[in-house]
Amino acid sequence: MGPLKTIESKEVHPMDNLLRMDRIPHIWCPGCGIGLAVNAFATALEKAKIDLDNVCIVSGIGCTGRVAGYVKLDSFHTTHGRAIAFATGIKLGNPKLKVVVFSGDGDLISIGGNHFIHAARRNIDMLVICVNNFIYAMTGGQVAPTTPLTAYATTSPYGCVEPPFNIPYIADSSGAVYVARWTALHIRRLTNSITEALNKSGFSVVEVISPCAVYYSRINRLGDGLDMMKFYHDNSEIRHWEDTKNLDIGFQTKIIVGKFVDRQRPTYNESYNKWLSEIKGTKDEG
Amino acid sequence: MSPIINGFPRLRGLKMKADPRDVNTGVYYIDGDVAAGQGALAAGCKFIGGYPITPSTEAAEAFARVAPLAGAMFIQMEDELASIASVVGASWAGVKSMTITSGPGYSLMMETIGFGAMLETPFVLLNIQRGGPSTGVPTRTGQADMMQSRWGSHGDYEIIAISPDSPQEMFDYTIKAFNLAERYRCPVMIMSDECVGHMTERVVIPPPDEIEVEPRRFYDGQINEYLPFKPDENLVPRMVKAGDGYKLYITGLIHDERGYPVKNEEYKSIYTKRLVDKIRLNKDKIIEIKEEETDDAEIVVVSYGISSRVAVRGIEKAREKGIKVGSLRLVTVWPFPDKKIAELSKTVKAFVIPEINYGQIAFEVERCSYGEANIVLIPHGGAGVHTPDDIFHAIEYAAKEKKRIEGIIEYKTKLEKLIFEEGFKLYE
Amino acid sequence: MKADPKGILAGTYDLSGSEACVEGALAAGCRFFSGYPIQPAIEIMQRFLARAPQVDATFVQMEDEISSLAALLGAVWTGKKGVTATSGPGFSLMMEHIGLGVMHETPCVIIDVQRAGPSTGIPNRPGQGDMMQARWGSHGDYEIIALSPSSPQEMFDFTIKAFNFSERYRVPVVLMSDEYVAHLREKVIIPPASEIKIEPRRYYKGPKDKYLPFKRDKDLVPPMVDIGDGYKFHVTGLTHDDRGYPVMNEECQEFNVHPIVRKIRRSADKIVEVQEAETDDAEIVIVSYGVISRVALKTLEKARESGIKVGSLKLITVWPFAEKRVAELAKKVKAFVVPEMNYGQIVFEVERCSYGNANVVFIPYGEKEVDNTDDLLSVIKQAIKEKKVIKGITELHK
Repeated sequence: MGPLKTIESKEVHPMDNLLRMDRIPHIWCPGCGIGLAVNAFATALEKAKIDLDNVCIVSGIGCTGRVAGYVKLDSFHTTHGRAIAFATGIKLGNPKLKVVVFSGDGDLISIGGNHFIHAARRNIDMLVICVNNFIYAMTGGQVAPTTPLTAYATTSPYGCVEPPFNIPYIADSSGAVYVARWTALHIRRLTNSITEALNKSGFSVVEVISPCAVYYSRINRLGDGLDMMKFYHDNSEIRHWEDTKNLDIGFQTKIIVGKFVDRQRPTYNESYNKWLSEIKGTKDEG
Repeated sequence: MSPIINGFPRLRGLKMKADPRDVNTGVYYIDGDVAAGQGALAAGCKFIGGYPITPSTEAAEAFARVAPLAGAMFIQMEDELASIASVVGASWAGVKSMTITSGPGYSLMMETIGFGAMLETPFVLLNIQRGGPSTGVPTRTGQADMMQSRWGSHGDYEIIAISPDSPQEMFDYTIKAFNLAERYRCPVMIMSDECVGHMTERVVIPPPDEIEVEPRRFYDGQINEYLPFKPDENLVPRMVKAGDGYKLYITGLIHDERGYPVKNEEYKSIYTKRLVDKIRLNKDKIIEIKEEETDDAEIVVVSYGISSRVAVRGIEKAREKGIKVGSLRLVTVWPFPDKKIAELSKTVKAFVIPEINYGQIAFEVERCSYGEANIVLIPHGGAGVHTPDDIFHAIEYAAKEKKRIEGIIEYKTKLEKLIFEEGFKLYE
Repeated sequence: MKADPKGILAGTYDLSGSEACVEGALAAGCRFFSGYPIQPAIEIMQRFLARAPQVDATFVQMEDEISSLAALLGAVWTGKKGVTATSGPGFSLMMEHIGLGVMHETPCVIIDVQRAGPSTGIPNRPGQGDMMQARWGSHGDYEIIALSPSSPQEMFDFTIKAFNFSERYRVPVVLMSDEYVAHLREKVIIPPASEIKIEPRRYYKGPKDKYLPFKRDKDLVPPMVDIGDGYKFHVTGLTHDDRGYPVMNEECQEFNVHPIVRKIRRSADKIVEVQEAETDDAEIVIVSYGVISRVALKTLEKARESGIKVGSLKLITVWPFAEKRVAELAKKVKAFVVPEMNYGQIVFEVERCSYGNANVVFIPYGEKEVDNTDDLLSVIKQAIKEKKVIKGITELHK
């Protein structure tokens, strides 16, 4: 097999400086919503006016986990489920960095569930963008903890019998300070949410409901990416400040989107520094 | 009334035939993963707790499709740690259980594998190996978890590892794995790889009365005389299951025959010696190897899994050239056939070991040859298999080499030359 | 590079192994600890926490061992040196991330305070059952460095050595301690900062647009950068080329993984360290490491007094294994006697490297106390009588 060729394009898109153009074309399928989420993220980075040298992005394993490889920031592609733990280490190692975790529902809530709730509890200053496509797409379409009841997946071939997680509810009850949910269709509102969250300190979660044209919608006969976007258009309802308890998503039911939580709480670093300055100067016990 | 107390007839250690409801007799054209799922079913496996990981997901999916019809249960757990924990739990509930994973998932399971080994829980773990450390190359093959299967968890314990080389063997040896797990009450690893897992070949599933299935050796005596870890003559204790009135206590702490944790002051390491002895002393009954033309061989190719299939053509070429090459295929890789290697090392010039890694079983071959033969390793990083030419040229070299060289001789493959000497560009 | 005086409590103290180990880490410049409480590594955690405010270090107790090592791997990329401490069960949980550390080529130190038994075992008794796991525990091909201290002073010295190795070779280094040495209290001399040599991190200093994260120097180790310095680099656990981008074919696998393995194997001569005593005329050599070498050295004296020509080979670095030295000695001695607190781990390596030239006698040192020299002595006396070279490992009983 010969060397991979990079084809240089003659025109330069205004966002090219935010993407690793030497790796485009990317691996995502036609009809996938992850590209839209990356687009919103890149636009938000510019709008938020942060020093891009100080932003670091960490991904886990999965389709969304590949995002780190396409965004031109200090980026890490880590193990399955541990992106938040890795990001915690980065934030504590250098608190001046702005850390973004960009990963999928399976990676963040299933195997990474434990780390998600602890980072929220501690209020580590990081932004978590969770792209929720209701399935484990990278490995071939297995059921995810967000797969709605009765939906099909390769490991629930007779329909999913497990009730799904409600990601904003988990984030809210674990103590996240900013929780929002948008679909891949609501690209402008999503961009605004991410911009807000980037400028907020504390554990922020933005969930992006995204179509998976090759696995989720194909196995469940929901059409292609565009059909899913039409569905989001007809069935999503914006209800800001809604109680996160009511945000469950059933199979092809209404999707409630909006900004649900925006509050203030001392971040982990703030509490830690306070403790450090109180302790400093005390003689050590030897 | 529990059948255990009544002395269920199968407890007398008789061989049992497979349950016809579990066996889908016929001739199929399926891949290794699916064949392993069918084998598990035929062996009487009633529980698989798994987590998707490439390249093993097809096995879980195939099992999920057929399981409900056979009265078996498949659940996709939240991660690999939960999967293996559920498998150990299901085993203690009295069912044969199995999990399916690959490299990174296997590493996550290590603590619970040690736990299962300590509690002497019979279970089967199917590892479809893939390339590279860490995330590596998920969609391509590797054989680099072989040493990990033996030493991956902390403390001293022994396991059995089998390396099938075709979908038919995936079917047959999954059944054998369950039988060994029940007989020795230890974890049994089926160390397959992505090539064999994704290879589609003819698989014959025989009728149920031709499949031998080892029943679980349940205890059949009085409840109040039961000692969970009192061994039989073959050093393996009888098992019970939760819910039968034994009020069993099992713990990962070092325990005595009653299963109770030993007090610190009274601790003697003899409690865990039996865990290693039950495999070490029964080694000869467990080891399975396939030898060909080793009697007068000057070179013996030691291989396992997919590498042994590639080696067939390499050996053929070498024989055409007149070199006396024998082949030793390891079906059970652990326990390692040290006696056989020591025997052969006295008569051969060299062992040639093609492995899809940078040296793992080669170290064992080196250890057991006691300096009597050269050890030529043909390494390969993964994400592909050896070429028969590499194996053939390595055999030629081994046949020509007159000196006795200490240590492992790493044969330089074409791939290595391509990358490091010919300036191959991965990208432009 | 000399040590930062801020972290060093120069002087002579009575310290436990755990305390000495933390002082060693701070002396080496370590300013980050992430861990999870597990017996018998808790004292290391608590000492680091107590010292953290004085040296401006960061301490975090994570929700499990998996996230401890993940957080450590992240923190190291911000320019800090980091350490975590655990025991058997936690070490098993860390296996996947050791693989990630190897693939990302992250310098870090993992302290494994070994305890008895597989699984939960006995949390407050020593053991040496994780030695093979340190080498082979994670999946895939890789090489790591493992050191084995046998006293609080060595806990101090070897922790500094571990950090230096990890920076020089950009590899996770494991300090294989055990409960006995961690809880033992002995004299520890902490030298002043000017006498402690620290290996600095090898940073890339060239132009930003020409930076290739995995372009290796001559010794196969690539220079590193920190997050936030504007290099916008990418590292992944997938097999990658020198830009750090994943490529899924066998050529890239060879390109990426073979040097990761070779960078340690080729430098093995510079890494391997052993301590020999009276091996010049020895007929029996005791090969030991860690806590058991205390027994070995005491027995050496007694054996020499009773006229047997015994020598001792103490392994300071257990991995990479001292293959050449063992092979050399095997040609001169009658037998190797290997006492270990397990049912046979490093003894297999000794067997492998003797190439049938010497007998290999193994003594499992489980229930025996660490100051019991009688059993080892009686085994030595039996071993010296054996005239034949027996292939395989012999277990002799007292």
